[in-house]
Order: sequence, then structure tokens, then C-alpha cells
Amino acid sequence: MFGYYLDLALRSLRRNQILTALMVLAIGLGIGASMTMMTVLHVMSADPIPDRSGQLFYPHLDPTPLDRRKNALAPDPTDNMTWPDAMALLAAHRGTRQAAMSGGNLVAHPEKVSANPFTIDGRYTTADFFAMFRLRFVAGHAWTATDDTARSRVVVLSEALSRTLFGTDDSAGRMVQLGEHTFRVIGVTAPWAPQPMFYADAAAHKFGESDQFFLPLATAVDLKLDTSGNVSSWKKFSGDLTASSVTWLQFWVQLDKPDQVAAYRRFLFDYSAQQKALGVYERPADSARLDSLRERLVTLHLVPDDLRLQSWLALGFLMVCMVNIVALLLAKFLRRSGEVSVRRALGAQRRDIFVQFGVESALIGLVGGGLGLLLAQLGLWGIRRRPDEYAQLAQMDTAMLLSTFALAVVASVLAGLLPAWRACHIAPALQLKTL
Amino acid sequence: MNLPLQPILASLRHHRLTTALLMLQVALTCAIVCNVAFMIVTRWGEVRIDSGIDETSLSMLESQGVKADATPWIHHAEDLTALRGIPGVTAAVAVDTLPLGGSESSTGACASSEAMEAAIKANSIDGQSACAEFATLAGSPGELAALGLKLIAGRDFLPDDYKTGDISAAIISRELAERLYPGAQALGKSLYNGSDTPVRIVGIVDTLLRPYLRDAGINQFTMLWPQLPNDNSVTYLLRSAPRDSERVLKAAVAVLNKVNPQRIIPAKRVRTYTQMRDSYFQRDTTMIGLLLASALGLFFVTALGIAGLANFWVQQRTRQIGIRRAIGATRGDILRYFQTENFLIVSGGTVLGMLLASALNLLLMTHYELPRLPLYYLPIGALILWGLGQLAVLGPALRAAAVPPVVATRSV
Repeated sequence: MFGYYLDLALRSLRRNQILTALMVLAIGLGIGASMTMMTVLHVMSADPIPDRSGQLFYPHLDPTPLDRRKNALAPDPTDNMTWPDAMALLAAHRGTRQAAMSGGNLVAHPEKVSANPFTIDGRYTTADFFAMFRLRFVAGHAWTATDDTARSRVVVLSEALSRTLFGTDDSAGRMVQLGEHTFRVIGVTAPWAPQPMFYADAAAHKFGESDQFFLPLATAVDLKLDTSGNVSSWKKFSGDLTASSVTWLQFWVQLDKPDQVAAYRRFLFDYSAQQKALGVYERPADSARLDSLRERLVTLHLVPDDLRLQSWLALGFLMVCMVNIVALLLAKFLRRSGEVSVRRALGAQRRDIFVQFGVESALIGLVGGGLGLLLAQLGLWGIRRRPDEYAQLAQMDTAMLLSTFALAVVASVLAGLLPAWRACHIAPALQLKTL
Repeated sequence: MNLPLQPILASLRHHRLTTALLMLQVALTCAIVCNVAFMIVTRWGEVRIDSGIDETSLSMLESQGVKADATPWIHHAEDLTALRGIPGVTAAVAVDTLPLGGSESSTGACASSEAMEAAIKANSIDGQSACAEFATLAGSPGELAALGLKLIAGRDFLPDDYKTGDISAAIISRELAERLYPGAQALGKSLYNGSDTPVRIVGIVDTLLRPYLRDAGINQFTMLWPQLPNDNSVTYLLRSAPRDSERVLKAAVAVLNKVNPQRIIPAKRVRTYTQMRDSYFQRDTTMIGLLLASALGLFFVTALGIAGLANFWVQQRTRQIGIRRAIGATRGDILRYFQTENFLIVSGGTVLGMLLASALNLLLMTHYELPRLPLYYLPIGALILWGLGQLAVLGPALRAAAVPPVVATRSV
């Protein structure tokens, strides 16, 4: 029977080619616009570090004074940690792994004197960073906690930077001049660029290029290297980043089991209470909190408002297209009341009529979905040409490809449901009389 | 004119569901398009905002020293002398930032020392009527003329005003002057910013935009500051005829590298002011394009739905049309019948659509900080949809009017 319905559907669609083309175009436009935006949202809210995301947590402490005024234009100072707090949490060593970090930029001087110096972005951090975030090394190794305390002048380079500076992946053991100082290259990391760059400061860019170098945090503070990201101070800022009134560090901790998470949360409260007892903090102990990576991503507000607005607009557009198709199919099916009545009189059941028209709607959906897919690829190509930092990510994966088709077919079958339902409830006798 | 409303309504009642769907489509289109149009107009206003400077004659480049420098300003001055030697350059100044330059230094100051003390005590200058938070734009001698700013009172800075440390003179924008000294002459008054020496206002410019835009009310809160850029990185602003700017920029990079190669000149930061302005508003212009495309798309789909449905109804009613023609209806009557029918459907849709548009606007206001939709957008949207509906129905209606009376005598 299915083959017969398909044949009937094709005949019916061919009889009114312009209208069929318009319906396919409408569904194609709606699906194309929606899928373009869905794909962008999908890649922007992807899990940045799939095999570890469940174990990473971001502790929050609030060392700000009680009379601090909230400023809507300024970033939240409690988003980052002070140097004394970060060092205390590191020393307590309550998580499986933990690391404090900050963004930094330096001027790199290539070995060849003729080549121009250039600026590089990277991270000042502590020893656990590499194992916690699962960075692989193509040469050498990470620094150790001993290097952190000794403030060693060592650096880990990304593979790409190593190649630009030395012309080789294996630059371990070589010396490199960064800014005013010389560092020994201790390791070279394989390409690593979680998208979004979840671990960075809230003000940092979240998509696109990742860190090019890694330096021990204590060394960077010692040498007063340039940091990037928000630095908030609620007392007169003297330029001393180790002060207890300056927040600028991100702190991540790896907790493997649920009881470990609960224990860490208690530890944070205890720490906060202890700081209050010492007179360092003014706020109660429960101002401390432990965010999971998911919660942290929400705080970072990764999807710009404009993009969310565009997605809603695309969905609104799809909705108008759907209403349009329902109306057209309804008119089309009801016009064939005579045909339906003859088939009913000859013994076809309501179900048969329903399936027949269902096949016709699904066919429109399938072709419309194909067109929508093409339009979505065109839309994504357009987005990739935008200079926004997330633009390069806008690619459709298999999951999105399949869901585009599924959405198109489901949408058009749904659109055909009401008209088909109405058509199969036509009273045959009344129609036959007028023939 | 005798409009046969009764039969039209009866026929629409017969096709209740289809009519309702078409009305819903018109309503949704009306609701979305009204809000989209409002967003387009709002954004367009932002993109077109007046910076107050002579944009087309300006171009700029950034230089970043790679060696520690104890006296950056001395080296900037050497650079400027070399830049002024480029043929076609009529002015060259060193600045820290520019209107729409993105990065901004801002500071708070008050019209009196008492107000400043109150602000310090309250830990905030918000709510202090004689105080304001504003952006400061520092630059080397000649900045006012190089930018082409219009002075409406007072004078430009004197050579003695320029210093690398604390300064004592400032030029402020008209809007900032009105905010700090409402109803009084700001010229010659002193500004208190919490430092030991107050700053005297020596001039007022008509318009000067902030480097980073905020709310419409404070976008013009700016101050020119005769502080010599004394930082390792600096922006050089060049003034030349617009057609020379590309050549001048290329020459400038070469000249600077000749004076001192120990610097980084990021290629992306060598550009004309117009290019910088375009990149500042790039997101907004993309958004305007997308909004415009979606509004047109919605109109297109709606017109398509109206035309498609009218086409069906004309085909379905061919026999009735023939009968009406046979018993005396003119072509005009038939044409008007379909036009009136369409008018009724679109009217129903737009009434619902105007309500939906207001509801959608309320939703957007809570989630996206959009302003309230001015009411006049609603009738304009309705008018456009009426026009669109009439245009879409014209083809099928004309075909209907062309049905000859003889059809009535034939069986289907």
C-alpha cells in the first residue's frame, strides 16, 4: 500500500507544481534558519573536556568587605581568588589535584636575531594543571611542585610556539627569552584547545586560540610579568598582586567522588569561617561555594545575547512557516473531498486516507529537509566568515546533520497531521451527491 | 459601493480552520516583524552615532616597545617628528585611546570638593548629583586640531598644560558640562577628582564620544586630558586627505621601524578610523542584516501563504463565480469580493498580531534589556501587512474575475 500512496502523493504534488515548490521552499527556509542557529548553539555549549568535566570544580570565596557596593558595569570581584587564599587552598591539598592560574602575555624573542619579536598569550599556573586538564607532552615534561616553590625559571611551550621559535617540536632543554628574562624550556605540549576555554578568567576570550606557553605562577609573580584578565581591588591598589585585597586568580580542583565533593564543600566553609575568626573576612562562612564545571560555564555567560536572540528569531520564523504549511495542506486536502469520498465509498478506511495524506506531507518534509540542510550549510558558511571568535567552530557534525532531517520530517508530518485528520473525517455521502 | 459582507462571512465561517490558521500566521508575522523593525531602528541609531571627530581624515597605528623604557614619551616625540615628515601627513599626535577605540580609562570627579568628600565617604559617586563618572582621553599637543573637534567655549591647551604627571587643565564635552554644572557656566570652574590639585576646565567641545559605549545618557561623558602618553605602548594618530590614508599608513610603519626596530606594530592595528569604527560596530551591522533578512523572509512566507490559499479558493469556487457572473455580478464585484475577504482575514490577524507584538516586546524587555516598543510601530506594521495581503491576493483575484459566466452552465 505504501508504494501506492507514494505514487498518489507524487501525482498530487505534480498536479500543483508551483504550490508544491512554495511549500518545500517555506519548510526549507524555516528548517535552514533554525538549524543554522541550533548548530551554533550546539557547538558553543559543547563539553570542553568530556572525559574530565564531571570531576572539575571551581571554588568561590568572598573576602570582600561588607560595605562593598555592587557596580553593574564592573566585573564581580569574587569571581576570582586572592593570592593568599589560592596559596592556602593549594597547600591544604584537599582535592585529588588542584591548580591556581592566571592569564598572561609576554613578548617572545625568536632565536634568530633577524626575526621580529611578537606577543604571545599563555598561562601562569601551578604544577597540577597539566595532569588535571590532561595535557599531553610531545617532548619533556611538566614542572613539579618543587619548581613552584623554588620559583624556577622554566617554561612549557605549545607545539606551535616551539616550532615558530626553534623550528622544531623538541625544544626541551633550550633557552628562550620571554620579555626581559630567559627561561629554560622544560616541556612541549601537544595541541590542546578546549572550546570553550572554560578555565580562563571571565573577561578572557573563550573560543579560538588557546594558550601558547605555561609558566610557574610564583615565578611570574616574582618577576612581575604582565597578567591579563580582571584584577579587582577593594583597597587602594599598590600594584602588589599578593595582597589579600586583590582578586585575580582562577582556582580549579579535581574531586573524583561525591563524598570528596561534599568534604571539599565543608572544607571551604571551614576555611571561610576560620578567615572570619581571624578578622580577614567580614562575610559569613556560607558565602563560600563550590561550582561544578557546568555551573561555572553558566556563570561565564558563553552565548552572547545577540546569538540567543537570533536563535529565537529563527525558531519564530520556523513557526510561521509551519502555520503556513498547515493552512496550505488543509486547503489542498479538503479540496480533494470528492476524491476522498470515492475512495471511502469503495471501501477505504479512515486510517487509509490518513496514511495516504500523511505520506504526502512527509514527502514534502523530506524534500524541504534536504533544502533546509543545504540552506543551513550556506548559513554556517556565512557565520564562519564572520570575525566573531566562535565563528570558526560553526560546523555541522553527524548528530546535527541527522537531527536536521529528523526535525524537517517531524515538523512536516506534524503539519500534515491536522489536515489529514480533517480530510479523513469528511462525510462521503454528502460529497458524492454533489459530484 | 455595495460590499457583499454577508456571503463573505458565511464562506469564511465555512472554512473556519483554514481562515483561523491564516489569521494566526498574519498575527505571528505582525508580532515578530514589529519587534524586529524596532530592533533594526534601535541598532541603526547606535551604529550611526556621531563621534564628534573628523573621521574620514584620520588613520592610526599602534606601537609596542619590546624593551623596558625609562622615558617612553621622549621616544614617542621622536617617532612623531619622523611621522610628520611623511608627505601627505598634516598632523600626527600620540594618544592613549580614541572615541569608539574600545579600551577606556574612566574616572570620577565632582563639581565641588564637598561633593567629592561625600562621594568618598559613600564609597561611590553614583547618586551624587554634582559628580559624574566619565572617560578620559589623553594625548600629545595638537590632539584637538588633529581630531577636528569643535570647541564651543574656551581655548585649546597651551604648551605648558602638557605634562607626563598630574595635570591641571581639561577640556570636557558639552553634555558632561551640563551634568556637572547644570544651568551654570562650566568654563573656568574646577573639577575635584580626589587628588591634591583640582583640575580647571579651560574648554568645552560640542560632541566627543566615549571609547566604549554604555547607555545613551552617558555616552558623551568625556574629558580631554593634556597628559603626554608615557607608556611603552602608544597609538599614533595621523591626519591626511582620505585618499592618502592607505599610502600614509604603509609609509608610517616603515618610518617607525627605521627610527627604532625594537617594537611590535600589530598589523591588525594599522588602520583608518573608518575601519576601526566598522569593526567596533561589526556585530551590530551583522545583526541588522540578519534582522532585515528575517523580516523580509517572514513577509515572503506570509505573502506566499495568502496567495496560495486564495489560489485554492478561486479554483474551488470557479463554478460559483460563474453563476454569480451569469446572474449579473461584474468583474469588479468578483475582484472586490476576494479583496474584501483578504482584508477581513488580514484585519483579524493584525488585531491579534498587535496584541502579540506588545506581549513579545514585554518578554524581550525582561530577557534582553530592550526598550519599550513605541506604539506607532503597531499601526505601521498593520498597514504594511494589509498592503502585502492585497498585493498577494491580486493575482488570484484577477484570475477569478476573468472567469466567464458560461462556466455556470457547465458541469464540473
